[in-house]
Amino acid sequence: MCLSIPARIVSVNGSMAEVSAGGTIFTAGLHMIENAKPGDYILLHAGFAIQKISEEEAAETLKIIEEMNNSLEK
Amino acid sequence: MKYIDEYRDKNLIRTLAEQIEKRVRRDYTFMEVCGGHTNAIHRFGIPSLLPKNIKLISGPGCPVCVTGKGFIDKAVACSKMKNTIITTFGDLIRIPGSGSSLDKERALGADIRIVLSGLEALEIARGNPEKKVVFLGIGFETTAPGTAVTIKQCEINRINNFYLLNAHKIMPPAMEAIIQDGVALNGFICPGHVAAITGSGMFSFIPAKYNLGCVVTGFEPVDLMMSILMLVNQVNRNLPKVEIQYNRAVTQNGNILAQRYMSDIFESCDTFWRGFGNIPGSGLKLRKEYEKYDAERFITQDIRNQEDDGLCICGDILRGLKVPSDCPLFSVNCVPDNPIGACMVSNEGACNSWFRYRSDE
Repeated sequence: MCLSIPARIVSVNGSMAEVSAGGTIFTAGLHMIENAKPGDYILLHAGFAIQKISEEEAAETLKIIEEMNNSLEK
Repeated sequence: MKYIDEYRDKNLIRTLAEQIEKRVRRDYTFMEVCGGHTNAIHRFGIPSLLPKNIKLISGPGCPVCVTGKGFIDKAVACSKMKNTIITTFGDLIRIPGSGSSLDKERALGADIRIVLSGLEALEIARGNPEKKVVFLGIGFETTAPGTAVTIKQCEINRINNFYLLNAHKIMPPAMEAIIQDGVALNGFICPGHVAAITGSGMFSFIPAKYNLGCVVTGFEPVDLMMSILMLVNQVNRNLPKVEIQYNRAVTQNGNILAQRYMSDIFESCDTFWRGFGNIPGSGLKLRKEYEKYDAERFITQDIRNQEDDGLCICGDILRGLKVPSDCPLFSVNCVPDNPIGACMVSNEGACNSWFRYRSDE
């Protein structure tokens, strides 16, 4: 039930947005996030965007693991 | 799909499995508290990627599973009222109450509709002004803000036929109950989407008070493996702390707007958890100024929560004391098509996940 899926904002209309997750369009309430705009990725949970996804942090997590391959500790 | 495919990358998972293997030097038991994690762990076969001395056990984080029979009985009672529409998330519909279920009542003619959000339930209320619309609010800190927004919208739009039958809960008191129960743990895989709202700071009492590590974790296999590696490192160094693996969605302070909605509408209360009984301060109830939306007003019978009886061990599974294969009913009498206990009904229940994804039991 706490499952949330990453979705891309397609369009914004006031406090509501159309978001796309895996090609399916859902309606999402934007009441809990600020400055949402088309192209942003959000976590969609029970009809609401509950958080924006940070592109930098997402890349950083992957980079840390990729670097383990080269690390001295391996 | 962006933010999914790259976190299912085989090479990254292999790297993490190797790193875990190299660092393991004792037995470790970690608990995943979130039902979404239980599902993901078994769906992606995470236990099969880990050394045998790392054990993962499930906790009380499937909201449907921990909802007491009394709540279902109250929802059933509401569904029998005249001119009433029940709106609910799909997961709840097949949970057995003490006598009936919403599924059975729907077959008998009750107007019970599955919705994806509280706002959808509110639209049903707007479109049916002559009827009472009761929304069944369950879920943890991830879901409660959406219910709070819905109540706020109801107030703003002066919709006067919308009611909430409420069983929202918060996680920390249940995690503390697990620790105090004496379940032997070396750390928690903490719920990422709860923490997206609350912030990781919510778990800081766990290392401080109980010397146990916490890693706030995402829901893809790379996330889970990375988090297990972080927990192993914490145990090896004997430095328990709260770390965030799921940095792309979680910060220390969380989503302040969502927290504000939640605290505007709800206040803390004691509530019943299947398997645990009453846990002080673990529930959310409507604040006095919003009590007019409380569907409890329609319940005239004395409905109480009871523990499961008979052979079902859902309660012990939710408390981390037993695993599904310990249950004599598991996969024999109790299967997803004919569930006896709540843990077999929901996709996030431990029994359901074990039944669908584990072939070794």
